[in-house]
Amino acid sequence: MTATPVLLTLAAALLVVGIAGVLARRNLMFMLISVEVLFNAAALAFIAAGAHWAQPDGQIMFLLIISVSGAEAAVALALMLRIERHFGTLDIDAARTLRD
Amino acid sequence: MNEGVAGLLWLVPALPLFGALLLGLAGRRLNDLWCAVIACGSVGLSAALVCLFGSAYFVDSVPQLQTLWVWFDADGVTPRIALRLDGLSLIMAVVITGVGFLIHLYSSGYMAGEEGYARYFAWLNLFVGAMLVLVLADDLLLLFLGWEGVGLCSYLLIGFWYRDAANGAAARKAMIMTMAGDLPLVIGLLLLFSHFGVTAIPALMEQATATWTDSTTLPITLALLLLAGAVGKSAQLPLQTWLPDAMAGPTPVSALIHAATMVTAGVYLIARLHPLFVLAPGVLSLIAWLGAAGLLLAAVSALVQTDIKRVLAYSTISQLGFMFMALGVGAWTAAMFHLFVHAFFKALLFLAAGVASLSLGHERDLRRMGGLRTRQAWAFWGFLAGSASLAALPYVSAGFFSKDLILAEVWQRGRGALWFAGWLGALLTAAYITRAFVIGFLGKACTRITRETDGRMHLPLAVLIVPTLAAGVFELPIGAGGARLFSDLVAPVLPAAADAGHGGWGAMLAVLAPLLGIGMTWYLLRVRPAWSAAWRTSATAGRLSAWWFHGWGFDALYERVLRRPYARLAARLSGDPLDRPFTGLGHGSYRLWHLLSSSQNGQLRRYAAAVAAGTAVLLAMVLP
Amino acid sequence: METEFLFAAALTLIAAVMAVTRLNAVHALLYLIVALLGMAVIFAIAGAPFAAALQVIIYAGAITVLFVFVVMMLNLGVSAEICERQWLAPGHWRGPVALALLLFVETVFIIMNGIGSGAADVVGAKAVGTVLFGPYLVIVELASLLLLVALIVTWHVGQGGIGEQQ
Repeated sequence: MTATPVLLTLAAALLVVGIAGVLARRNLMFMLISVEVLFNAAALAFIAAGAHWAQPDGQIMFLLIISVSGAEAAVALALMLRIERHFGTLDIDAARTLRD
Repeated sequence: MNEGVAGLLWLVPALPLFGALLLGLAGRRLNDLWCAVIACGSVGLSAALVCLFGSAYFVDSVPQLQTLWVWFDADGVTPRIALRLDGLSLIMAVVITGVGFLIHLYSSGYMAGEEGYARYFAWLNLFVGAMLVLVLADDLLLLFLGWEGVGLCSYLLIGFWYRDAANGAAARKAMIMTMAGDLPLVIGLLLLFSHFGVTAIPALMEQATATWTDSTTLPITLALLLLAGAVGKSAQLPLQTWLPDAMAGPTPVSALIHAATMVTAGVYLIARLHPLFVLAPGVLSLIAWLGAAGLLLAAVSALVQTDIKRVLAYSTISQLGFMFMALGVGAWTAAMFHLFVHAFFKALLFLAAGVASLSLGHERDLRRMGGLRTRQAWAFWGFLAGSASLAALPYVSAGFFSKDLILAEVWQRGRGALWFAGWLGALLTAAYITRAFVIGFLGKACTRITRETDGRMHLPLAVLIVPTLAAGVFELPIGAGGARLFSDLVAPVLPAAADAGHGGWGAMLAVLAPLLGIGMTWYLLRVRPAWSAAWRTSATAGRLSAWWFHGWGFDALYERVLRRPYARLAARLSGDPLDRPFTGLGHGSYRLWHLLSSSQNGQLRRYAAAVAAGTAVLLAMVLP
Repeated sequence: METEFLFAAALTLIAAVMAVTRLNAVHALLYLIVALLGMAVIFAIAGAPFAAALQVIIYAGAITVLFVFVVMMLNLGVSAEICERQWLAPGHWRGPVALALLLFVETVFIIMNGIGSGAADVVGAKAVGTVLFGPYLVIVELASLLLLVALIVTWHVGQGGIGEQQ
């Protein structure tokens, strides 16, 4: 069996990749892809924890995450379509009318 | 007196109050005739009732007490709505309803055609009702209700012609000056209530005399506090300056409120609570000297006034000073008798002056009136009778008897300096009213008569002339028949007056004073007008008379000592310096918000970066 | 086992980095799918076959399909790629990458210090199912509620979009 620290380190690495993506990309589409990576990192952390204790709870959390991720993807993509139509671009820096 | 009629005592104040309510609510829909009928009718009925009660009291001297209901019950203090008709309140009620009715009648003619006819009568009725509550109250708290009620009506009626800003200012001045006295009065009343736990006047006085002995601190404090209220209401030193300005109101109002009734409320209060004042001889002495000072200062001021109503206003202060002087030496009956007589002759003077100035087109300047004997006979003879009484023309006027009584009482108590002040006051009184009469009513006619006056105004003059000249019969001096109806009437309430009159040459001097005053003035104005003209043109006289004209500069003094520093303080405080720390807190938060809000730039990536950075910091904190 | 894991882990990581850095959205999605599949392998190795199956079916299948649909609807072309290239200048990604690396170092530091090696067994679908519909029933309800809400929101937002277009 794989050692838990290694799994968690992989999760951390994925998380970092996701964060870097969210922060660096300006295109909403790529930000969402990065977010999906982030979700996977979290899911991996749960799975790793579940495997560590040999309990099913980790996988249950994975189920929850997968639901949240699905819901997020649906809503976010719908919003993205609206933003694209409203602003004519996917540049997230242009969509800043929520400021005030 | 049978029970059925005795139970109607409440109607005496209730009728005018009801009239006020009716006029206040429905006045706009009533025509002038109905307004006058309601106003005069309610006061007239009230006057009739007072006569009924008065005759009954005359026969059996049994005070009527009617408790209507308990006002409220707060921690054992149970002020009642209770009315008491005894000798003292009967005298006051007679004056209020009698003179009040005549002035209502007069007003119906005087105010004819004025805008706000119903409003005027509503307030006048309210005044009469409140004044009756004041004098009939058996409970000190109820008395205070009436006290403030008349103050309110005074304010409203002084500012009746409210479109002129000066009238509003005069009304406010009257309100503020009397309030300056009322505040200590309230404190005094509360002190009294909290000390004894009762509010009924007889019970309070009983307990006060039983508990306190002479010259302990508390009764002196109390007497001073109550005196402040009386001084404010009765326009005595040092709160006298509102009364001359109060002449901005319609003349009948001046006659009723600022001459005959309301301003005498202070005298009534002291007379009613005299057992308390007896416990503070020092305060009594103060009252006497305040009265004497007010008497002299106001009389001198009246000597140089040119506005006929202001002459009468200063005269009122001066005469109230007389009453205060009498109160101060313990001559309660004499003070009340002078109040009684003064109400008639001063009302008559005002009404006559009102007729004169109305017919001359609201001309109030003495120097432009003149020559009224044939042209305006009613005003002329009315003013003459009133002047005679005010000047205390010996034996033929009521004023002589009342003033003589006061001087005799002062004399008898051995207060030489006070007596001399009173004597000098009598002389000056005779002088200034003679001057006003000579300049304003005799001589050449200056202004054309533009408005005829009618019977509604002449009848009250005619009626008032009678008591003005003849009210002296109620209380003749010892040497002149000895009928002392007035003292007998108030005897159960007020300690009897001294029996002996003036001794020897004191009486002579007292008789001489008005004659001297009249004679001197006549001589200077009519026989040697050149002398007075020469005197008037000298620089000293100019300065002096300007000083006196403005009431000895009290207004300027108060302006400089009180109003201006206060205004300055208010101006400084209007910026709320004390608020600065708190507003500063607000401003600081606002700045901080501005700073923080700049971080809310709407850039999603920045937010995400902030979250990531925050996470990094948090993780760094939990690093093992 | 260790070799397989390392292979899968490397694959996943590289695929993830590629997915995040691509200029073309379709390329990025393809890399994402690879990363997800790699993740499924790791799940299976970590003793969670049920999760691995779900990862393949739902993530790699359903959710990615959503993305593909949207990419098709947006019709991103060459011009978008040029635009992306400008946006991804080194000056723009240096900061985020530094921040992310800091986080990574911290996390690894914590992991290395705090957690011992576990003795994991395979936890099958049956075990998961038993617990899921037992003590975690509320989670199921919450998840279903969440999905319902997402459905309604998506429907609403999407419909508004159509209305706006008309």
